[in-house]
Amino acid sequence: MRKLGNVKALSATAFDLRRDALDIIMAGGGGHIGGDMSEPEILLTLYERMNVTPETQDSPDRDRFVLSKGHCVETLYAVLSYEGFMNLDEVKAKFSKFGSEYIGHPHNTLPGIEMNSGSLGHGLSVSVGMALAGKMDKKNYRVYTLIGDGELAEGSVWEGAAAGAHYRLDNLCAIIDHNHLQISGNVDDVLSPGDIGGRFAASGWNVITVMNGNDIQQISDALDIAERTKGKPSVIIAETLKGKGSPLMENKAGWHHKLPNQEEYKQIAADIAAYKEAILNG
Amino acid sequence: MANKIANRAVMCEVLKEAASTDKSVVVLCSDSRGSASLASFADTYPEQFVEVGIAEQNLVSIAAVLASCGKKAFAVSPASFISTRSYEQCKVDCAYSDTNVKLIGISGGVSYGALGMTHHSAQDIAAMSAIPNMRVYLPSDRFQTRCVFEALLKDNKTAYVRIGRNPVEDVYSEGNVPFTMDKATVLAEGSDILIVACGELVKASKDAAELLKAKGISAGVLDMYCIKPLDSETLLKAAKGVKAVLTVEEHSPFGGLGSMVAQLISANDPKKVISLSLPDEPVITGKSQEVFAHYGMNAEGIANKAQEILG
Ligand SMILES: Cc1ncc(C[n+]2csc(CCOP(=O)(O)OP(=O)(O)O)c2C)c(N)n1
Repeated sequence: MRKLGNVKALSATAFDLRRDALDIIMAGGGGHIGGDMSEPEILLTLYERMNVTPETQDSPDRDRFVLSKGHCVETLYAVLSYEGFMNLDEVKAKFSKFGSEYIGHPHNTLPGIEMNSGSLGHGLSVSVGMALAGKMDKKNYRVYTLIGDGELAEGSVWEGAAAGAHYRLDNLCAIIDHNHLQISGNVDDVLSPGDIGGRFAASGWNVITVMNGNDIQQISDALDIAERTKGKPSVIIAETLKGKGSPLMENKAGWHHKLPNQEEYKQIAADIAAYKEAILNG
Repeated sequence: MANKIANRAVMCEVLKEAASTDKSVVVLCSDSRGSASLASFADTYPEQFVEVGIAEQNLVSIAAVLASCGKKAFAVSPASFISTRSYEQCKVDCAYSDTNVKLIGISGGVSYGALGMTHHSAQDIAAMSAIPNMRVYLPSDRFQTRCVFEALLKDNKTAYVRIGRNPVEDVYSEGNVPFTMDKATVLAEGSDILIVACGELVKASKDAAELLKAKGISAGVLDMYCIKPLDSETLLKAAKGVKAVLTVEEHSPFGGLGSMVAQLISANDPKKVISLSLPDEPVITGKSQEVFAHYGMNAEGIANKAQEILG
């Protein structure tokens, strides 16, 4: 992995990315805003540290990322634009529009996107395949995937977990965006995933808990531990806040896929800007 | 005035009515109660509602066993997932095991628009129809949706129903809903061409017949909401004497309404059968109506196609 840059600056950037995701959603007339807002620090840290750039995106040696919770694609578009894979103005102009290639889920004909997703529960199996190919070909690349906590109800996630451990894929790291909410409410009320870490550990994974998954330094440290862990795959359980960026949305299930009205848009944009200010002044 | 009530909202109404007197009616969702408009069912009859989380295979298997324990189980999840992710459960636990599960595919066809192919169900008719003992229904509007659900509540066999996400224009009207279960509804009689449609494209087909009439072309229209069992009697009767048959469906060109109609017509009353459908490729990004217009599946497109066929 590459070295992490200035943490304070990147932490502020994460709020610029929230603003970009918000604007993409407004331009396209809809998007999964709640889950978009819990993941910017995770995606930004990954793309700042993975060995992949617009220049190397076709290299067989590149690190790979799969957004298993594919519905939160707007933040991925924002991050890929920030990292130079895409052009933000083009994304905003085209997102969800008639005939557009910028649809509401990741699509692998777009630059920087490895795999199609959107049907939940595929990302871990797909990542196992990528990691296994890396082992077969004696490559040094690493594979990362971001999975929703509601998504953990899909049985296929646990098929992937078993295979990852069985093949000792220490080049694989899954990250759980543990924001505790899904569409119908609190994950524990809808269908409890139980002891997530315990389940992965029992399958043979190295389990790393990040107390604040919206903290770039903590995520980066966890990625280091994962990279150092040999003989088994690692899972990072990141405690995040769904809707982070504005108290209007934070920890509210109703904002899973809600289009802000003009007044709410202004409020959210102002709240995001205030968060960023606080970081820069902190 | 355009109709504002989606078919899924009517489904919730009918299921709530049934659940109030029949405690064996059970609804199951997979984090889909919001998209299914069933949140008010869950709130009103929590003891008759089962949430399984984002696990569509589990949804269908659990529904099947609840059914075998005497429940009238309605498993409701997006059409794309219930018809492909849970396909084997539909085949083995519902149809093969002959359990009374009603599999309800919501937001069917291309209703999810810009969310892309993961969320579109353009192969559900083919997939579900190919399963022995599985019935397949695609109601055309809110009035017919009510009729189909009321009929399904009365029988004890499995079936798949696809409904769309957004409100659709009415085909029928209050108090004027000709309906016999498993019988196609004749919307217009015609002598030049027969248009056979299902689901959300019935309205456009009916409008197309009006456009054709203005041009002196007599087009019959059948609402074939019952795709399986296909109503062969009404179909062959309506097709008698016309020069060609045009099928219209929100589905892949293979294995859907068009294939089934062609099979029946070629065996019994051979003539040209042309199918208007979605293409055999990921559908263009857009809202349902934009997509239909793009592929010539709106009223004008259907009328043009009919004219082109008649030469
Ligand atoms: C297989 C599948 N079933 C259902 C859906 C519909 N869906 C989209 S997002 C979502 C909830 C996801 O919750 P979670 O994994 O917790 O993600 P987050 O809260 O981070 O958005 C559901 C059920 C889907 N995309 N794929």
